[in-house]
Amino acid sequence: MREVRALAASVTDPEMPMLTLEDLGVLRSVSVEDDGLVVVTITPTYSGCPAMATMRDDLVHRLADHGLRAVVRVSLAPAWSSDWITPRGRQLLAQHGISAPLAVPPRSGPVPIALRPLPRDLTCPRCGSDGVVLASEFGPTACRAMYGCTDCLESFEHVKEI
Amino acid sequence: MTPADDFHDSAYDGLLDHHTVADDSQWAFGTEFEDPLAGVDTTVPAGEDPHALAAYCLMIGDDALVNAHRLSEWCSRAPDLEEDIALANIALDLLGQARLLLARAATASPDVVPPLPPGSPVPPEDALAFFRDDAAFRNVRLVEGDNGDFAVTIVRLLLFSTWRLALLERLQSSRDQVLAAVAAKGVKEVTYHRDYAARWFLTLSRGTEESRSRVLAGLDAVWRFHDELFVPTRIEASLADSGVGVDPATVAEEVAGLLDEVFSVSGVDRPDLPQVGAVAGGRGRDGRHTEAFSHLLAEMQSVARAHPSGRW
Repeated sequence: MREVRALAASVTDPEMPMLTLEDLGVLRSVSVEDDGLVVVTITPTYSGCPAMATMRDDLVHRLADHGLRAVVRVSLAPAWSSDWITPRGRQLLAQHGISAPLAVPPRSGPVPIALRPLPRDLTCPRCGSDGVVLASEFGPTACRAMYGCTDCLESFEHVKEI
Repeated sequence: MTPADDFHDSAYDGLLDHHTVADDSQWAFGTEFEDPLAGVDTTVPAGEDPHALAAYCLMIGDDALVNAHRLSEWCSRAPDLEEDIALANIALDLLGQARLLLARAATASPDVVPPLPPGSPVPPEDALAFFRDDAAFRNVRLVEGDNGDFAVTIVRLLLFSTWRLALLERLQSSRDQVLAAVAAKGVKEVTYHRDYAARWFLTLSRGTEESRSRVLAGLDAVWRFHDELFVPTRIEASLADSGVGVDPATVAEEVAGLLDEVFSVSGVDRPDLPQVGAVAGGRGRDGRHTEAFSHLLAEMQSVARAHPSGRW
């Protein structure tokens, strides 16, 4: 059982291949039924995440390579949070030049409108400078914002808090 | 080879040989479509009318679908690259919400799904998006009109996302667990959409004379669809009573307060403009739509309708 879980957990995210599905926090559970069928449950990061189909196929293929039959199920609740990215995942993101998400601020009651971007206490993953400027809350994938560094002048991606 | 295998007669036939390739999931038109609700418990809540639940899912699903389509029309045409990507991201979030909600409608009451030729690989949520006629769509009319310029799109997105976020926040406690889950995820997404629209509204309003005049023109174009957002249909009222849906009239005050906050910092007066009325006794939720919507559907549905069996 532990080997089966480790196998599923080793599948990487198609958009951020430095992370496994476990690092990203989308792998919710792995179980084996009496007849040997492996049931893997994953959850989408965003409602429209186009990587879900690829994740499902990669899981089925990886397990099939080891002689295991698998089905992948979707779990919608609780909704994925960037807080679920593991410490190892955060380290790997930083090593690959992607800024890891900060803790999601606790919230109660109606969501207030933020007319200015909420300041994030970030440093440039390339040069370590804290002179960073938000370029856009929307980036190359649903889960990333774009920043620029005023010191090394490179742009970098930041995984958004949700 | 069966006749079905023989359908594709091109130089790439070998690539499609099912005897040599383990499966075809690498193809965009792979035959195994992913079920977005695979493994999700789609039991209809006790005592609930499945038809009413399906109709409600179509309402908030169609709002997202149609707005997603309009926003996607900005692709490659936005004022700059960042906005192009932002609008595409917002469209993708809404399309994802629509897909789940249309799939939920189909599981609640399969008879809402238009019939397709036997053997068609089109999944239920796609059949709902691409094979319904305009009168079967339940979206509000706010989302139907042409994009106009960037300011018109921003004004509409501000109004839409403020309203939708207020609805989704309440829907998180729906007795239907699929609706509750879609809403909980949607709240996180639409929060980003609303902030984006509110910041641009403020920036354009406090920008140049030109940008400000465009915002005011945007309000003129969009505001007449405001009141309709808060008119409950019989279905919404009844599902709100049973703890499954939200009566949109109950979010009017909160939405007004939030919009006033944005208007106030932007130095813009809350519009007082004539509103579109009912047509033949109905509004968008009842399947009464604008002319622009027919054009939108014609474009959105043409490819799928030309190939109902998923073959070309």
